[in-house]
Amino acid sequence: MNLLSPKWTQRIAIGVLGAATLATLLVLLFIIVFVLEKGLRTISWSFLFTNPQDMGRAGGIFPTLVGTLLLPLLALAVAVPLGVGTAVYLTEYTREGRLTRIIRFGTDCLAGIPSIIFGLFGFIFFVTILKMGWCLLAGGLTLAIMILPTIIRTTEEAIRAVPYSYREVSFSLGATRWATVVKVVLPNALPGIVTGVMLGIGRCIGETAAVIFTAGSALRLPHSVFDSVRTMSVHFYILAREGVSAENAYGTAAVLILSILLLNVTTYWLMHRFIGRRA
Amino acid sequence: MQKSISGIRAKMLTRLALVGCAVAVALCGCGRKSASITLAGSTAFQPFAEKLAEQYMAAHPEVGVTVQGGGSAVGIQSALSGAAQIGMADLLELPPEAQGLTSVIVARDGIALVVHPANPVTNLALAQAREIFAGTLSNWKDAGGADQPITVVSREAGSGTRSSFEKLIGVSKLSPDAIVQDSSGTIRETVINDQRAIGYLSHGLVNDKIKMLKVDDQECSTDKVIAGKYPLVRPIFLLTKGAPEGLAQAFIAYILSAEGQQCIHKNGLIPAK
Amino acid sequence: MKARGEKIAQRILLVIALSAISSLILIALFIFKEGTPVMLRMGLRKFLFSREWDPQAGLFGIYPMIAASLWVTLGAMLIGAPLGIAGAIFLNEFVPKTVLRIVKPAIELLAGIPSVVYGFIGVMVLAPLIRDHLGGPGLSILAAAIILGVMILPTVISISTDAIGAVPNSYREGALALGATRWQAVHMVILKAARSGIMASIILAMGRAIGDLKAARSGIMASIILAMGRAIGETMAVIMVAGNTVKLPHSVLDSARTLTATIAFEMASATGRHREALFAIGVVLFVIIMILNTCATVSLRGRTTRS
Repeated sequence: MNLLSPKWTQRIAIGVLGAATLATLLVLLFIIVFVLEKGLRTISWSFLFTNPQDMGRAGGIFPTLVGTLLLPLLALAVAVPLGVGTAVYLTEYTREGRLTRIIRFGTDCLAGIPSIIFGLFGFIFFVTILKMGWCLLAGGLTLAIMILPTIIRTTEEAIRAVPYSYREVSFSLGATRWATVVKVVLPNALPGIVTGVMLGIGRCIGETAAVIFTAGSALRLPHSVFDSVRTMSVHFYILAREGVSAENAYGTAAVLILSILLLNVTTYWLMHRFIGRRA
Repeated sequence: MQKSISGIRAKMLTRLALVGCAVAVALCGCGRKSASITLAGSTAFQPFAEKLAEQYMAAHPEVGVTVQGGGSAVGIQSALSGAAQIGMADLLELPPEAQGLTSVIVARDGIALVVHPANPVTNLALAQAREIFAGTLSNWKDAGGADQPITVVSREAGSGTRSSFEKLIGVSKLSPDAIVQDSSGTIRETVINDQRAIGYLSHGLVNDKIKMLKVDDQECSTDKVIAGKYPLVRPIFLLTKGAPEGLAQAFIAYILSAEGQQCIHKNGLIPAK
Repeated sequence: MKARGEKIAQRILLVIALSAISSLILIALFIFKEGTPVMLRMGLRKFLFSREWDPQAGLFGIYPMIAASLWVTLGAMLIGAPLGIAGAIFLNEFVPKTVLRIVKPAIELLAGIPSVVYGFIGVMVLAPLIRDHLGGPGLSILAAAIILGVMILPTVISISTDAIGAVPNSYREGALALGATRWQAVHMVILKAARSGIMASIILAMGRAIGDLKAARSGIMASIILAMGRAIGETMAVIMVAGNTVKLPHSVLDSARTLTATIAFEMASATGRHREALFAIGVVLFVIIMILNTCATVSLRGRTTRS
């Protein structure tokens, strides 16, 4: 049975695992390099800050940049209060029981729902039944529901990481539970909450299916939340898929990847600060 | 301590409430401020509508015209439901559910059969086209090309271009092997990327990276379409619920004006006359 | 005053806490209300297992799409799960920690790249390769499976790394002290301990295993289920590379249309029964996701109570 010595088994295992890891990293590296190599030369101030012309064939991506900023912002404005509130309730205001289990299970399920279902729901509910039309508001609300689980989970984790003694000190000084939450727990959990917010922004930025059916794809600056917007992901999808302009498509993709890079670096830095504080 | 905390809490809550009200007011206020309409539907007409909207907004910067794709069925649906003020549909004839809508023909459009430039085939008889799209003719060598399988590329169910095309060439059931794409531009990209592919799309959206086929020896060109020689032509409808009013009326009038029709003509569509 | 304030705060928070579950219920009610009538009218078996999907003719059989979704998802798992888990083990056990600290965030960055970018690369690079070297139209199940497999890699690696990293060092040290090679230690101790964790990381990207062995066990298992959920639910990338032919696929080189792609393609234009049928597809997807989630939750709970 044991034809190979443990030493050789180990060598083979390392070889196979190493090769798999290398292959993975190369594929992922290829994707980034492929996009940046073709897209970086398109990026310039004028590409970022001028309006597109001829449906994105020429000109810049300014309205989509604005759309990409506004849509997550709106989604967060709804999802953060709800998500943080839920996490506070789960951790500070109730005991583990049937209710918390149901809430957690619901949150997990919501996290697993495919984005196209959110799109389907948002399109029929917000766009058609509530007669909002394709607009920023419909898109923002749909995305808010989509990122709610992320915010809840990360906030809950962050709140749990706040040592219990902090709360005890606060209680012993006569503070109410609410005051303790607001003045002690939440400030200490803030970096973790911000991490969740960042993850949520990341999901909003990368989302296409749910956005295109709720926020639409109008290629101009929105004047109100009832205007349709196009995010960079949707813009890229349309440019690339319809062959409008390969050059501008790659440029948009490069901007997307760079913004996600920025977002990730920030998140990572915050997470480390957070962990550093806990230790 | 308690008092100050509850005081802070009250202040915070008040502040939150104020911010909330301010945001709500701002949102409502903004919502009413700008006049804007949405066009939705036919992806064949979408690029032209976008161009027209761009020109119209350049002349009237105070208004917003939003153009959304989705296909002709979306055009009819969104005009009916009010999701869009103007629906766009490119259909031979409007379906029964669109009878309640006011319709106006703004352009005519040839449907071009397109292949990869490297494909040696230049002409198809209408009957051959029918067999190809029905799936009974499945190798290019039977249509005068190289010995390789044909990849049929079609639009999705619900597309006006598809239903017009199928009616015009007489296909009752599309080949089950057909690749399906959901816009004219995507059909074009798929054909550009595949030497064996054949697809169809609005004549106005053909570019120099793909090759148009003659149908029954008739070239798909503006002249032939106007002369009534090219067989695959369908009208483009704009649909409104009731008579168009306000901005919708103004925009449709603009499309039908000499300037709008010239823009349509310049970009490869045939004016409604 | 103080007690009353507290009560109010608690009530408000309770209402807020119910937001997620009520959104879920709202979405579920909506989709089931619109989607179940057509299933009941047609008969569930006929809806799920008949092969003709022709909305114009009133035929709504989704078997080809179920098959397509399963083929694509299984293919993606076959590619993504082994590579991802291998990567996670290698990075955790055979590479200095500093390397892990640099590589892991880089890989997590890739989880944030929009799926449309992956899809586009599939169209531009992968589909032509498949068409020229393996035949078929190129836009195919294989292309979709590879693209999805690559897309889920970051999720699998990231969560599995957490799960494996959560195995206490004393386990490894114990094995090493007994004379095991590093690989034997990994193989015998860590993989077994973290196995359910890797699976779990595929279900619950969020359910990050922190701290102890129990959590780690749940972790790897969950990562596999989460990735499956992502693969089944992915829409845009699949639309771009799978070709969207409505036909029961016979080989991986065939083009096919998944459940999600059908919704995305036809939702905006569908009316009447056609729209109901699309909602019914939504119901099917919803049920699949609920089953996956329940599996994850139950397996995690089972493990926890046993140990």
